[in-house]
Amino acid sequence: MATRTPSVELLWWEGCPSTEDALAMVREEMAAAGLDAEALDVREISTDADAEREEFVGSPTIRVDGQDVQPVPHEPVGLSCRVYRLADGRISPLPARDEVRQTLLDAMKGDD
Amino acid sequence: MAHATATKVGQLAPELELPDTHGTVHALPTAGEAPATVVVWTCNHCPYALGWHDRIVQAARDYEDRGVRFLAVNSNDAERYPHDSLDAMRERVEAESWPFPYLHDESQDAARAWAAQVTPHLYVLDADLRVRYEGAADADHMEPAAGAEWLREALDALLAGEEPPRTATDPVGCSIKWKQ
Repeated sequence: MATRTPSVELLWWEGCPSTEDALAMVREEMAAAGLDAEALDVREISTDADAEREEFVGSPTIRVDGQDVQPVPHEPVGLSCRVYRLADGRISPLPARDEVRQTLLDAMKGDD
Repeated sequence: MAHATATKVGQLAPELELPDTHGTVHALPTAGEAPATVVVWTCNHCPYALGWHDRIVQAARDYEDRGVRFLAVNSNDAERYPHDSLDAMRERVEAESWPFPYLHDESQDAARAWAAQVTPHLYVLDADLRVRYEGAADADHMEPAAGAEWLREALDALLAGEEPPRTATDPVGCSIKWKQ
């Protein structure tokens, strides 16, 4: 089956200690899916203006083709650490690895 | 009692006198009043603070009968971070039946005096209000079974009249949201 190459972004803010773990996880999942991990678009969000412009709701924010891996539509924009909720109810500074993987695979299926 | 102006293990803790979510002012106990006191900087919207919260609450409940006092402090700028507003703090205390007061450090003076860095950031004081442990509750914010073991071992040691086996660990969490 033909696959497409999605754009993958990771937006981070220095006030959270989760960035390195997030980078490693996303790059590993990209590589496992057959994508070029070096193509990950990593962008620092350092000001309120950056956060507004990027609609940044916390660090790390991971988007695949512009789609957040765990959308939080009512979350205020700002320089903060992201709260992810795992399937078992725990709160985490990172999304579940499975969630990242599935978002990547869904995007790769695409329509084109 | 004289207090230090910075928070270092072995030194007297800085003063702490802040209102809780209902406006009642709380302070550290006087020397000798409690065998140990735990002061934890926390907030409403940090995955690390939220991840460790239940473990800290359980420790407070478990050590209450032995006279250990717990105080939680939120110093984040609520104007830029509405999740940390006084109203949001009050809602959380009531919804979750917190066993200790949640203090509002609106001026952020307490956070500066204590040199609190992140949420959560714990300080364990002895009966004389000297800082005997500073840092994280345990080694893993994602593992409930860790059970706030570093906090508990510090309390157990103080209650037994001994030195805590660990006096400082790196606090892991979200940076305090300072006013600009």
